[in-house]
Amino acid sequence: MKTHVSTSVNGQVHEVLVEPQQSLLEALRDEMGLTGTKEGCGTGDCGACSVLVNGRLVCSCLVLAVEAEGQEVTTIEGIAEPEGLHVIQKKFLEHAALQCGICTPGFIVATKALLEKNPDPDETTIRYWLAGNLCRCTGYDKIIRAVQDAAQELAYEA
Amino acid sequence: MGAYEYAAPKSVEDAVRLLDEADRDGIRTQILAGGTDVLVQMRSVDNQPRTLVDIKQIAETQRLDIGSDGIFIGAAIPSAELNENAELKSILPGLIEAADLIGSTQIQGRASIGGNLCNSSPAGDTIPALIANAAVCVIAGPNGQREVAVEEFVTGVGQNCLEANEILLGLSIPRPSDRTGDAYLRFIPRTEMDIAVAGAGVSVTLDGDGNCTAARVGIGAVAITALNVPEAASALVGSKVDASALEAAAEACSNAAKPITDKRGTVEYRKKVVGVLCKRAGAIALERAIS
Repeated sequence: MKTHVSTSVNGQVHEVLVEPQQSLLEALRDEMGLTGTKEGCGTGDCGACSVLVNGRLVCSCLVLAVEAEGQEVTTIEGIAEPEGLHVIQKKFLEHAALQCGICTPGFIVATKALLEKNPDPDETTIRYWLAGNLCRCTGYDKIIRAVQDAAQELAYEA
Repeated sequence: MGAYEYAAPKSVEDAVRLLDEADRDGIRTQILAGGTDVLVQMRSVDNQPRTLVDIKQIAETQRLDIGSDGIFIGAAIPSAELNENAELKSILPGLIEAADLIGSTQIQGRASIGGNLCNSSPAGDTIPALIANAAVCVIAGPNGQREVAVEEFVTGVGQNCLEANEILLGLSIPRPSDRTGDAYLRFIPRTEMDIAVAGAGVSVTLDGDGNCTAARVGIGAVAITALNVPEAASALVGSKVDASALEAAAEACSNAAKPITDKRGTVEYRKKVVGVLCKRAGAIALERAIS
């Protein structure tokens, strides 16, 4: 039986009908049309579907859509600012921290969560924090450099 | 074959009633906390429809209480939240480190110690650390609450003592003294994101002269369930937790281990490594008991 779910995504309230076993990832992509969040493994191993639920970084494939009732969800679509890309997004472009791009939304959401919790992380902290985001293109070094540069620029702006 | 249903009861009574009625009606239920194991299993090996009973809206499963006598950790509190609690981390560093070894940042945003215990894997990292800290499982059922020592909770691979109409509400842990230290170590061939080949949790309590007055040792991934090893604890009690006492505790762990050979390690290797881990975790626990 389908359940009615009302959830705030990137500050906007969405009302959807979902099956009890449907994931938040499926609801975001198939019911709300927010296809920026990607499905990689569907088992919580790759981090491509990373979103924030009430500010907490999670894999949206391992959250049921029904659990999002009344919660605040942030997806990659909520990261850019009205005036343009977020600093983290700009730095990923500048450092060529992506190739195929499937993992990128997850990395950017995860990086945003990291820098909000720890604005000045060292390299080890960054690598451990992002260990749940897999990238088969870049070899990670470019991603780490983009995150370090973004942290520096955000600290400079603040 | 039924259909999937979802319920999020707000009280222990409602949750137990729901489970009990479903049990009597022959409807399959599945308790959901963080879901990092449950949802993966539900979509692969065992995809039969069931009623998912989300226990996260029950206040008791989210309650963290750090009291002078004991600590209560609600069964559904995500490990990321526990890890952010500086007071808890300073009182039970070994247990929190064990939780912090499980999964990625994303997984830790949802996964709970209660869930790790209820998943009842032989390699669940928090279980030896809970054993070392003498944790007690607080279980709610139709006839009220009961308590089970954590080493008796898991009964087999993926099996535990919970009845179909019962819920693990949380873990009750005696408050360690200022002269108590705990530690948990596991061995994996990588630096992160892996399942323990072997693991050991140790807690030691010292008197004013540095003599060990109490100890507990739990080992994981070396039997069908994590094991309490009283022989290893006895080897430490009365000593200054020096090299020879740690060596004796290590030997007791190796002897208590009943591992299997699989892709992660052989019987011989696991028996050896679990002793080494006990020794090293014991040394860290000692440091923490002193400082």
